[in-house]
Amino acid sequence: MPIQYHKPPAPSDDKRWKIVETRMRRLGDRPPALIEALHAAQEAFGYLDTDALNYVGDTLGVPHSRVYGVATFYSFFTLKPQGEHTCVVCTGTACYINGAKDILAGIDRALHVKPKETTPDGKVSVLTARCLGACSLAPAVIIDGDVKGKVNVGDLVAQLEAM
Amino acid sequence: MSEMPAAARPIRRRVITEELHEGPARASAYVCEAASCMSAQAHDITLRLGEKTAEAGLTDVTIKRVGCLGLCAAGPLVEIAETGQLFSHVTPDDVSGIVTALQNVSPEDTRAPQGPFFEKQLRVATENMGRVDPENLDDYLERGGYEALKRVLSEMTSSEVREEITRSGLRGRGGAGFPTGLKWTTVAKAQGAQKYVICNADEGDPGAFMDRSVLESDPFRILEGMAIAAFAVHATEGYVYCRAEYPLAVARLRTAIRLAQRAGYLGAGIADTSFNFDVQIRLGAGAFVCGEETALIASVEGRRGTPRPRPPYPAVQGLWDCPTLINNVETFASVPTILRKGPDWYARIGVGKSKGTKVFALAGRVVNTGLVEVPMGMTLREIVFDIGGGIIDGRPFKAVQTGGPSGGCIPAEHLDMPVSYESLIELGSFMGSGGMIVMDDTSCMVDVAKYFQDFCRDESCGKCVPCRVGTTQLWMLLDQITRGEATMADLAQLERLAGIIQKMSLCGLGQGAPNPIFSTLRYFRDEYLAHIVDRVCPAGVCAIEPAEVMA
Repeated sequence: MPIQYHKPPAPSDDKRWKIVETRMRRLGDRPPALIEALHAAQEAFGYLDTDALNYVGDTLGVPHSRVYGVATFYSFFTLKPQGEHTCVVCTGTACYINGAKDILAGIDRALHVKPKETTPDGKVSVLTARCLGACSLAPAVIIDGDVKGKVNVGDLVAQLEAM
Repeated sequence: MSEMPAAARPIRRRVITEELHEGPARASAYVCEAASCMSAQAHDITLRLGEKTAEAGLTDVTIKRVGCLGLCAAGPLVEIAETGQLFSHVTPDDVSGIVTALQNVSPEDTRAPQGPFFEKQLRVATENMGRVDPENLDDYLERGGYEALKRVLSEMTSSEVREEITRSGLRGRGGAGFPTGLKWTTVAKAQGAQKYVICNADEGDPGAFMDRSVLESDPFRILEGMAIAAFAVHATEGYVYCRAEYPLAVARLRTAIRLAQRAGYLGAGIADTSFNFDVQIRLGAGAFVCGEETALIASVEGRRGTPRPRPPYPAVQGLWDCPTLINNVETFASVPTILRKGPDWYARIGVGKSKGTKVFALAGRVVNTGLVEVPMGMTLREIVFDIGGGIIDGRPFKAVQTGGPSGGCIPAEHLDMPVSYESLIELGSFMGSGGMIVMDDTSCMVDVAKYFQDFCRDESCGKCVPCRVGTTQLWMLLDQITRGEATMADLAQLERLAGIIQKMSLCGLGQGAPNPIFSTLRYFRDEYLAHIVDRVCPAGVCAIEPAEVMA
């Protein structure tokens, strides 16, 4: 018997699923839309949980194993919820030789979080990026989407602690 | 005119005072709104300039948002277009000074020279950067935009276009330097009803931001270059594969695609001809290996970005197994200018087999960090010291790193080498996409090699063993050296293993991964020996435990 194809219902009545659904529909609800759909889901929810992965996979006709494979292959996708604020430290070459290591060490000393970790109170997540392309502002960080250049470790730590 | 006070009127479009005057503006201020200056609140400056000029009753001036002015280190930047006067590190308090400068512009003013940073450059791919509003098609058209495409479509055959590109000597600006004309010809001659054009904007090299700046500053140029390429290779669909880490570039490209579609420069029947071509954006998701063309194709198809052996090359069997042309952002950006000014004009620039100009991202311990475009054949010294303004705090120059994680470090004794694809390979480095990281005596070269190895082992896709296992082994050996725990046997093992990985890896990532080790060993072997034999880090970067007292 041929497999009947049904579009699965959204995991919940959260309106943000509409955004994900629309993005997938625009690309024809087919497997090639997988990465775009994961982007849409992560933009909407901040991270990709199992519901999101399965929903995207079922809609596009991609096995869950492959969805998981793709989601974990690309470092831009995160499967864990993020803290209230995010601090992305650039570790590109220019930032590295201008002291990105010291920034990470400074954050670890003050907040006791390493890259990819969140403070116990859920306030701040620390992430690293390969290169933000803001090399002329090295060392650079992104705090909640705003790029800050020529970062001073002390000022940054103070700002994060105040969050 | 509305009753609303001028200062409170919403300011969105480029010509803020448009409704206040007829005819061309007497004076214009260009505010750099590329990512670097944006992060320094450049947009606030634009808004405030709008308010202040309105308050001052200046009705014949234009405040324009433009793309990257190049001198990113000194942002936010504002330029008075008529005089070339450049305001750097602009704060809201400086705005009144700029307004005064605008008032004082007289019709006799000509663009004044702006110092070596600008004078020594030759702008082709970046000719519109800092001149046009990246979200305004009319502005692009005013500066000769789409002239090349219109001429191509109305006067030329596809083989004539390919011939001109071949004659210009343009080579792939993504790094490997494959002749662009030859690539186009291969795709054009490949069998297949459906063909694709892909723009590789997955600028993964740490320390490189040329593609980001071009996309943010002049997105229409990429679309025009892609359309010309599509005509030349008989493609009808295109993709721009862009890093998700570049939100501003993606947003501006989206706007540009929409505007170009609306104006008939993309879609069906471009410029009132029978030529059809449309472009979609695909976002990368943070995988360095996706800069490799077969991995990029896998990613556009929605799969894990792992490379596959070549041949078949994408030119024959690429996206969905159809012939696919993949060029880098800068390559496409050079195409409209080449066709407008002629291939012979372009071929006269440059040196040897490296024709034309190259955009470099200057960063690291150099005074004028930013984006520069220079003719091929300029020496590293001119780039680093004349354009770059030398080393920060006057410290001694140690090396310049080119080519990203597949490249190498070039020491001071080779500063007078003219830069070309060939010369960089001769020096054990690589053109790469054009990142240039300048290092001074505060950088330890073993640590730098370890940094790149850490990058490669993390970004290895895991498909082939030499790269997956080998890069980790190399990193562990380098880590031992930086901790002062290595022996000379470890160093020999490092070199042997690096050679194996270079030869055995499947794609450019693994094949290039040992390059930073080879080049630092070639020029800075004494630093390796200092770590191993003397257990000292000459630059004071590596934390080596003091030697144990020998019994």
